[in-house]
Amino acid sequence: MSATLGLLPARPGRFAAAVKRQGALIALAVLVIFGTLRYGERFATGYNVQSVLADDAKYALVALGMSFVIMTGGIDLSVGSVAALGGVVAASLSGAGLLPAMAAAVAVGAAAGLVNGVLIARYRLAPFLVTLATMLSVRGLALHLSGAASVLAAPHGTFTAFGTWSLLGVPVPFWIALALFGAGALALHRTGFGRNVLATGGNEDAARLMGLPVDRTKAAVYVLSGALSGAAGAFLGAQTSSVDTAAGQGWELSAIAAVVVGGTLLTGGVGTVFGTLVGVVLLQLIFNMIVFENSRGELTISSYWESVIRGAFLLGVVLLQVRLTRRRRAG
Amino acid sequence: MTDLTVGRSPEPAAPARARREWYGIAGRYGAGLLLLVLFAYNAAFTPNFLTPTALLDVQLRQAAPVTIVALGMALVIALAGIDLSVGSVMAVAGQVGALSLVAGLDPVPAIVLALLASAACGAFNGVLVARYGVQPIIATLILFIAGRGIAQLLSDGALISFRSPDFQFLGLGRIAGIPMPVVLMVLVAAALWFVVRHTGYGRTLPATGGNEPAARLAGVRTGRVKLVAYVTCGVLAGLAGLAAIAITSASDANNVGLGVELQAIAAVAISGTPLSGGRITVGGTFVGAVTLVLLRNTLVAHGIPTEIAQIVTGLVIVLALFLQRRGR
Repeated sequence: MSATLGLLPARPGRFAAAVKRQGALIALAVLVIFGTLRYGERFATGYNVQSVLADDAKYALVALGMSFVIMTGGIDLSVGSVAALGGVVAASLSGAGLLPAMAAAVAVGAAAGLVNGVLIARYRLAPFLVTLATMLSVRGLALHLSGAASVLAAPHGTFTAFGTWSLLGVPVPFWIALALFGAGALALHRTGFGRNVLATGGNEDAARLMGLPVDRTKAAVYVLSGALSGAAGAFLGAQTSSVDTAAGQGWELSAIAAVVVGGTLLTGGVGTVFGTLVGVVLLQLIFNMIVFENSRGELTISSYWESVIRGAFLLGVVLLQVRLTRRRRAG
Repeated sequence: MTDLTVGRSPEPAAPARARREWYGIAGRYGAGLLLLVLFAYNAAFTPNFLTPTALLDVQLRQAAPVTIVALGMALVIALAGIDLSVGSVMAVAGQVGALSLVAGLDPVPAIVLALLASAACGAFNGVLVARYGVQPIIATLILFIAGRGIAQLLSDGALISFRSPDFQFLGLGRIAGIPMPVVLMVLVAAALWFVVRHTGYGRTLPATGGNEPAARLAGVRTGRVKLVAYVTCGVLAGLAGLAAIAITSASDANNVGLGVELQAIAAVAISGTPLSGGRITVGGTFVGAVTLVLLRNTLVAHGIPTEIAQIVTGLVIVLALFLQRRGR
């Protein structure tokens, strides 16, 4: 895609391409500058940055997995339920320490993802409906395991401590998310797996004819998405010291929104991993800014505006994408 | 037939075809079969199941809002679309209706206003999909996210209770002993069946969903077909929202219609309608929605916890998909 855009001679085309590819990043920069100017130091430093980033880490993990799934042309609605299951398992095992709890959450997440992957890749069932079914079943399983009540993590252990660790002023969960996004970007652009993902999403039949392992690739992205969602559930458990029955509800749609805002097309075959990260931070920042605006006391914005503003953001991005894609086709 | 299949032994083909046909039948009528089994089981083992109260007031009345939403969803899915915003639209319609009543409007204008609001929501989705070519899942995700926020803002998140016996007739009234939501559900299904079977729109709908470029070449105004479907889906969601608040005589924007989009999509899916568009079955959708509600109620009535019932629902959906896949 970048190759074809590079050939365009006119400046407006390049400018448009830059806006399209970096639109989310530009919007994020504008928001941060606006926030810093308006709310001062408290907004841009220390505690606020820490809490925002710590909060975002889990959403970022889910959105990373969702990006890969969407790039193959699929969708994963089960991520929120899988996160709840991962959180319940991790919190139950938190007495054994951080690593066993985390590993168990990742393992159950991957297992749930494998079920999705096999049904979608091997039996060729529609991803939307398969993951809708696992969304129901996995949440049922999570509720069953937790006895339909909140699961408290073991206090004073490494598990809950993990939620508070930070390094160079940035919370450790966010560092982990960053590292995983780096690995994800490398995998997408520098490995055969990434090529297979994009080829599968771009044109599945062609990819099959070229002899690429389409089924294995599809199964792998759902396993990846499940494993990351399981880990996100464990992050949630570590940060809040408990996992309640509503944990992860609605995460699937927030993740899809973040992926789209980040510039990945839902049709598959095209995508950026870091765009997704920007999309996550951008959408979460809106809530943070409402809190700050209210603390100034000049005008009070109901927290219900948050979802309206998020929806408006998504609308703006979608319309921008439509405009730019049409111009590209016309040119 | 056997003479024509040169070079292939016909023996394995026949059982394979028979098996395929069997899967096809199971995929198409599976939901109906499950409904019959559930009905027979309950008739035999659930006390008081075969009473008008249990059937009409409990099972069918509970199924009514989901069924009404699912019928609209079936229209959109026939066009290879999807509408995630129906739950939020239910909440918006409920809020507009309740606020109008509290403001002193008569029930009829209040209902009209609420339905207009939900039609506007549907038009928003429809314009994004038909005019701008946005993918339905993204286009309706916008209103899924923003719609509930708008509904909550209308009362700043507070519950709106109202007293209006005439309006509550929509949820609690009876015509010839049949609860009003059930009457609405049957009326909507009958009207949709008529439109799909006997009108020009009913013919352009699967044509557009099955092969849009071909339909356009054949002179079908596909954009308008889509717009009409999304507006109808929005209005039906609004109607379900009104029925929901009429039953409780209060509108709670935080909860009305929560998660209904997934129930409605599941109902359409188990009726054997592919998400890839081109097909619609009104009767199947009706049966699918009622079956899912009865399945849940049956399990819960027999002491099985709701979370296990949820697992079973997921398994039933996968099984339905699997049978449909094998039957093709």
